[in-house]
Amino acid sequence: MRLSKAWLVASRDFKIFRHQKNILYSIIVFPVIISVLFPAILEFTQLRNSGGLAAVGVLPNLLNSFSFFFVIGAAYIPLGIASYSIVGEKVEKSLEPLLATPLTDGEILLGKAISAVLPTLAAMYAASIVFMVGIDATTVGRLGYNYFPNWTFGVLLLIVVPVAVVMSVLYSVIVSSRANDVRSANSYGIFILFPLLAIYLLSEVGIISLDINGFLIIAGILSAVDVALYFVSTAAFQREEILTKWK
Amino acid sequence: MIETENLTKKFGNLTAVDNVTLRVNDGEVFGFLGPNGAGKTTTIRMLCCLISKTSGSATIGGYEIGNKEGSLKIRKIIGLVPDNVGLSEHLTAYDNLDFYGKIYDSSDAQRKESIKRFLEMLGLWEKRNALAGTFSKGMKQKLAIARALIHDPQVLFLDEPTANLDPESAKTVREFILELKKEKKTIFLNTHNLDEAQRICDKIGILNTTLRVTGTPQDLEQEVKGKKTIVSLEQVNEKILSALKKLSLKNLTNEGNKITFDVSDPDKENWGAVEAMVLAGGHVNTVNVVGSSLEDVYLKLVRESA
Repeated sequence: MRLSKAWLVASRDFKIFRHQKNILYSIIVFPVIISVLFPAILEFTQLRNSGGLAAVGVLPNLLNSFSFFFVIGAAYIPLGIASYSIVGEKVEKSLEPLLATPLTDGEILLGKAISAVLPTLAAMYAASIVFMVGIDATTVGRLGYNYFPNWTFGVLLLIVVPVAVVMSVLYSVIVSSRANDVRSANSYGIFILFPLLAIYLLSEVGIISLDINGFLIIAGILSAVDVALYFVSTAAFQREEILTKWK
Repeated sequence: MIETENLTKKFGNLTAVDNVTLRVNDGEVFGFLGPNGAGKTTTIRMLCCLISKTSGSATIGGYEIGNKEGSLKIRKIIGLVPDNVGLSEHLTAYDNLDFYGKIYDSSDAQRKESIKRFLEMLGLWEKRNALAGTFSKGMKQKLAIARALIHDPQVLFLDEPTANLDPESAKTVREFILELKKEKKTIFLNTHNLDEAQRICDKIGILNTTLRVTGTPQDLEQEVKGKKTIVSLEQVNEKILSALKKLSLKNLTNEGNKITFDVSDPDKENWGAVEAMVLAGGHVNTVNVVGSSLEDVYLKLVRESA
């Protein structure tokens, strides 16, 4: 496996994305929403009343719940990128000449993964700075200290988010092998968000706690899912499979 | 350069390519003819190490298909233009070629020179910064050929390169292939176009799951079906026809004052036939011997194997 060749595939995809507004929007919109929306909600509720959402006692839990949307975003954004990058090539029929080059299946797949992972992480990390600044600005008066940065959010950003991105990319590869177009790939891809939404709902009813331990457990489970998806996706992403069995 | 021995591909119970044995020499243009579903694309895919073979063997440039090491080496020395072109539509013409040049580790200077050379040869240099998706079919086909040549491959596989092109674009592509032929590039050309095959190819193979025949276009015309004798008479009557029927001539037909039949050795067979016509009271005006066309050969072989 030559990383330089995988990077070559990823670089080409980055060039393609520059001409694809849909992909640019899918990378930008979700991070902008979560980084601006949650501080705005807090600011709004503080102005309306002194309790409720902004009550000091529930604020840390609430902020951790808000933080979990970075995991959901990390799983959501690669769906659009990876779907285009693989199904888009399938639709354009540009995979066949690529597969006829000395690149290995692994190099092509890694390149595709890099092209989905890096923009997602860049967008989520940039959004996390805006989010932290915004949340601190709206809560420092009530809490008496800056809630962010903290270890919990650090674990979420540096461990859970990358693991979720990888899960989404690998899942997209599998979906792409069965989808005929980018839209249907996105439709099937959305199913990967359901377990994450379930975790969020379970945390809301108090069954799971979204603290540092909770995030580590979630990261462990997602890592196991990643390993399973890795084997399925590498089995699906093989020259013969792509040319003869992919729809 | 290309050698196959009983090359076979099965998809489940379906045999797509059956026991194909052929040889393409260095610098030769080999035309692979056959109807849709004959197995032409499957053969190219096997030779380009894109799909596995079920049985048999094949080598390209001495490297064997079907094993990892050989496949990697083969993919370094071949260029492929698939039937669907397969360009990245959201990349410029230049970037499409640049990407493939980088895959084959060509140096910056080498790559720039090759890109310029091919784009100029194909009349696309002025359009180098336009997205490939904005190109016409003919321009895309030319760009795909340039892409396949960017690393100066020893063998070029072209899968129906002029299909769906307007006559002018098809002519440009054909002329470019002829240029490559002058450069002694080994070319494996899948085509439906018999005229194209006849004009470009040194050797032709007709495939319909099994390889029906291989040879030069002239060999095929002469040897596979042989020749036709056309005799023009003052008048054709029943007496003449029954005299000819006694000779058991192949494919004897009569149209107006003309009688046609197949012959494998005109010098020997025509004498007896003409004598029979004259003895039956016929007045022979002309006797012509014509070879069957490649189209006749193709249709005969394909129909036989259907």
